[in-house]
Amino acid sequence: MSRSSRARKAEALAKTLLGMAALLALSAALGFIGYIFYRGAGYVDWAFLTQAPRKFMTEGGIYPVIVGTVYLTVWTALFALPVGIMAGIYLSEYAPRTVTTRIMRLAIANMAGVPSIVYGLFGVALFVIQMGFNRSIVAGALTLACMTLPVIITSTEEALRQIPTDLRHASLALGATKLRTIRKVILPVAGPGIITGSILGLSRAAGETAPILFTAVAFFAPIASGPLDETMALPYHLYIMATQSTKPAPNMVWGTAFVLVAGISMLNVVVAIWRSAQRRKIRW
Amino acid sequence: MVTNPTGSFDLENVSVAYGSETAVAGVSMHIVPQSVTALIGPSGCGKSTLLRCLNRMNDELGNVKVEGSIRFDGLDIMDNRLLDPVDLRRRVGQVFQKPNPFPMSIYDNVAYGPKTHGTRAKAELDAVVEQALKRAALWNEVKDQLKKHAFELSGGQQQRLCIARALATMPEVLLMDEPASALDPISSQQIEDTIAELKKSVTIVIVTHNMQQAARISDRTAFMLRESMDRPAGLIEIGDTRVMFTNPGDKRTESYITGRFG
Repeated sequence: MSRSSRARKAEALAKTLLGMAALLALSAALGFIGYIFYRGAGYVDWAFLTQAPRKFMTEGGIYPVIVGTVYLTVWTALFALPVGIMAGIYLSEYAPRTVTTRIMRLAIANMAGVPSIVYGLFGVALFVIQMGFNRSIVAGALTLACMTLPVIITSTEEALRQIPTDLRHASLALGATKLRTIRKVILPVAGPGIITGSILGLSRAAGETAPILFTAVAFFAPIASGPLDETMALPYHLYIMATQSTKPAPNMVWGTAFVLVAGISMLNVVVAIWRSAQRRKIRW
Repeated sequence: MVTNPTGSFDLENVSVAYGSETAVAGVSMHIVPQSVTALIGPSGCGKSTLLRCLNRMNDELGNVKVEGSIRFDGLDIMDNRLLDPVDLRRRVGQVFQKPNPFPMSIYDNVAYGPKTHGTRAKAELDAVVEQALKRAALWNEVKDQLKKHAFELSGGQQQRLCIARALATMPEVLLMDEPASALDPISSQQIEDTIAELKKSVTIVIVTHNMQQAARISDRTAFMLRESMDRPAGLIEIGDTRVMFTNPGDKRTESYITGRFG
């Protein structure tokens, strides 16, 4: 067999193998979403979305649970977004390249790898007990914020790194300060990327159980009247219905899973559409 | 028009170090106002590094140390109390090697500098933008489409936009770092024509690796060289361009100009 025909065969084989791997990954994702849709979607109707659970979660809907997750996510965003984005801007634009900042980056990267249950324990110790927030939306949101911070910081830095240095220098050479350069030139371009990355991090937090397990949620709670109340939340609701309920109600479980996955997917799709619209506007 | 020309530089024993490595050392020169000074020399000879000293852009690279004395119209530019980098850069503009317009409209690109330095009135901005675009010889091509995105312009137009953007803060000096090297010959020619026109009102210091270009557009030429990798680069000589290209004082200048190295 000639050299070139062997090379062509290897090329064809590689293409097939790589394509199959991609197909496998795609079908796993589609199969997963399809199955949740198949099991859960039929059970989700207007009543399920707007009523409170009844008879120990075996009947009724999940309205207060949805509201609880929205509260937790919004409070997490309030805590994590400003700090995370500002820290990312500092690290990318201001921090000198020293050993200290390198250690900081490493620590942040490591924080992203800490298991979420550890954040949960940390949250109990610091926010629930030490700071006296008790089991509350604030304590849960602060715990989720700690977990989400590294994602927000990293995606902020990543988005800022995409901006060519030339653009920064053009602004500085015109006599603009660093702050003005960031506000007028860098952020308009990097902003959509920063927001997208941050929302993806938040949507991850919205689906987490372990960090809120001991810090925010209750088996049953009415809709919170303030941030210091405890709350119900979709992932925890799913967990207790699947493990703790005496009378299993599989429809409730799958319906809840469907709502959680659909909610998060919708958030991600909306953000993706918004981002590409921003890109077109800025033409970057 | 200007009785007492401004925009002169006096460098005395200037050296630049990146970290622990000295890149350029012992440069002393006078830059004549309202003329074109070309910095020539092979790559790595410190031309761009020296250029960036004049608007303190080396400060932005981190870990760069500039020593010696640099006076701009007699003012020590290394002393923030005498001249803040913000004021220095308003008066000493820069055009970069690759066109780097901001991702915004033509108008907003040119208005960016004046707005930075406090011009707010629309009528005033309009006038400044028009004047800057005229001086950069771009006005006739873009006057009806100032709201157009800068990225829709050709490479040569983008570079003239960057010149207009730098001119809009009314600088006395324009630093140009190989401004035509990324452009086609026609755009390159347009930039050279613009420079010839501009030198009537501003001092221009231009880095170029193109010796024909240096000979065509400059009044004075400075030749820089790094003779060996374990020694910093330095200034070999500076003088009238015609003399430098016909009868250089130094053997090394002659070898470089006649194409024996570099």
